[in-house]
Amino acid sequence: MNGKLAVVLLFLPPALFLFTLFVVLPMGEAAWYSVYSWNGYGAPEHFVGLKNYELLFQERAFRTALVNNLLIIVVSLAVQLPLALAMAILLADRFRGAVTFRMIFFVPYILAEVAAGLIWRFVYDGEYGLVARLATGLGFAAPHVLADRDLAMYAILVVIVWKYFGFHMMIYIAGLQQIDKNLYEAAHIDGATGRQILWRITLPLLRPTILLSVFFAVLGSIQFFDLIMPMTRGGPSDSTQTMVTYLYSYGVARMRIGFGSAVGVVLFVICVAFAFGYDRIRSRHG
Amino acid sequence: MGKPVSYDTPVIIAPVLRFALLFMVAGLVLIPLLATVLGGFKSLGELRVNPFGLPAHWEWANYWSILSGPRYWQLLLNSLVISVLTVILTLAAASMAAFVFAQVRFFGSKFLLQYLLLGLMFPAATAILPLFIKIRDLGLLDTYWGVVLPQVAFGLGMSILLFRNFFRELPAELFDAAQVDGCGYIRFFRYVTLPLSRPILAVVGVIVFVHSWNSYLLPLVVLNRDSIYPWPLGMMAYQGEYSTDWQLVLAFVTLTIMPAVVMFVVAQKYLVAGLTAGAIKG
Repeated sequence: MNGKLAVVLLFLPPALFLFTLFVVLPMGEAAWYSVYSWNGYGAPEHFVGLKNYELLFQERAFRTALVNNLLIIVVSLAVQLPLALAMAILLADRFRGAVTFRMIFFVPYILAEVAAGLIWRFVYDGEYGLVARLATGLGFAAPHVLADRDLAMYAILVVIVWKYFGFHMMIYIAGLQQIDKNLYEAAHIDGATGRQILWRITLPLLRPTILLSVFFAVLGSIQFFDLIMPMTRGGPSDSTQTMVTYLYSYGVARMRIGFGSAVGVVLFVICVAFAFGYDRIRSRHG
Repeated sequence: MGKPVSYDTPVIIAPVLRFALLFMVAGLVLIPLLATVLGGFKSLGELRVNPFGLPAHWEWANYWSILSGPRYWQLLLNSLVISVLTVILTLAAASMAAFVFAQVRFFGSKFLLQYLLLGLMFPAATAILPLFIKIRDLGLLDTYWGVVLPQVAFGLGMSILLFRNFFRELPAELFDAAQVDGCGYIRFFRYVTLPLSRPILAVVGVIVFVHSWNSYLLPLVVLNRDSIYPWPLGMMAYQGEYSTDWQLVLAFVTLTIMPAVVMFVVAQKYLVAGLTAGAIKG
């Protein structure tokens, strides 16, 4: 046996214990607490059934949050990923300066979201910021972008693209470099146009990479939080809430354990649904 | 660039145009960052009229006042303690578990692995309130451990996956030979597997460190005392206090992101490889 039992009994329990205590149990408890009205003190006794969920979906702020999450997903997929892919195609070859550009584009990704958020809060500041200076320089009144209900969310979307496209670009570069260059050469000899090569060779061969980057982009979009806090905290008048900022402002900050847990459960269900859907698409198309 | 065989074949674009495009995007990426660094050298009055350019008068006092006080250093120290503890514990727990999954055949191993990988899909946010109650009931609120232990738990899935994939690539003959020599699993792990695993230890270590160094939601919920805030919380608190003194806030932001930027410049290769490989192999 050679200590098989010993190694299993010694090496597995730390991971299993930590994971069960801090990940699995809280997930289960979220479902349990979500049917109570509870402020966290004593035991949860005031059973309310599905009331928390009903309340949640009637809340305008939560519906705004859902729409905003959807908006983040759409912009990530429709703007950020194509930009990342374009930059990756331009930078996948070795030429003088390629590595420098790659590094520059990757820098926003390594910054903490909170720091990036504060930097952009300054950029958008109506008194001292870059956008204000640009506007007055062009003869317009300085806009207070983040204080404007109709503009704030779009301003945040810009920051999202700025912050994350470099990460996806790096993934695409890694994927592009797996493609056999002979295919390009063959296509070239056969007189294929750039567009044909893009649609017939690059994109199909990059498919697994693209699927992966879509997965990260969507999962990241669903749990969006850190970047919004320093910029708007979900305001003005809840116009920039996401599911998690909503969970924070209406659940955590007010110690509504039951209600906040219901938000967590909804988030959980959305993540599971997405992960299963993704798995099916991936296995169907390989 | 005009060569037929290159990855940019799909985009037929004049070199001039290509560089124009790259410089434009690079400008959009860098301008906010440069304006932040330079803004820390300006007076508030100058910031209002000249947020873009070089400062007319370099105001070193902004940076100096932060560097000479204890606050900034305390934040970095707190973050360092939390991140280092998180990295050490994650590497230990994950590599041990992954070793068992890669090397030992036993009943239920597949099930247990699937169980641990469940954590890959779910953000900590989904269970943040029950997590808060749990940490409170364990008496860990306002302690480093209250942040470290859940961070380790949530990082396990990805780390175990990366370790297991790496361990399985190690030649099986190694273990057979060791077994003939009477070397058991635990000694084999300690003296053969771990020394061979430096690259993957570095990759996982970097991913876990960066995540912990930048994390915000969990410390925000668990920590309530300024004195043990990690830097993202401390930076928000600082901004709250000096919100109208943008020159100070910008100096503070610059100084707090410095360690990450320095680390990036020094360990570029590891960092990029780690962060993207983590994503790709995960």
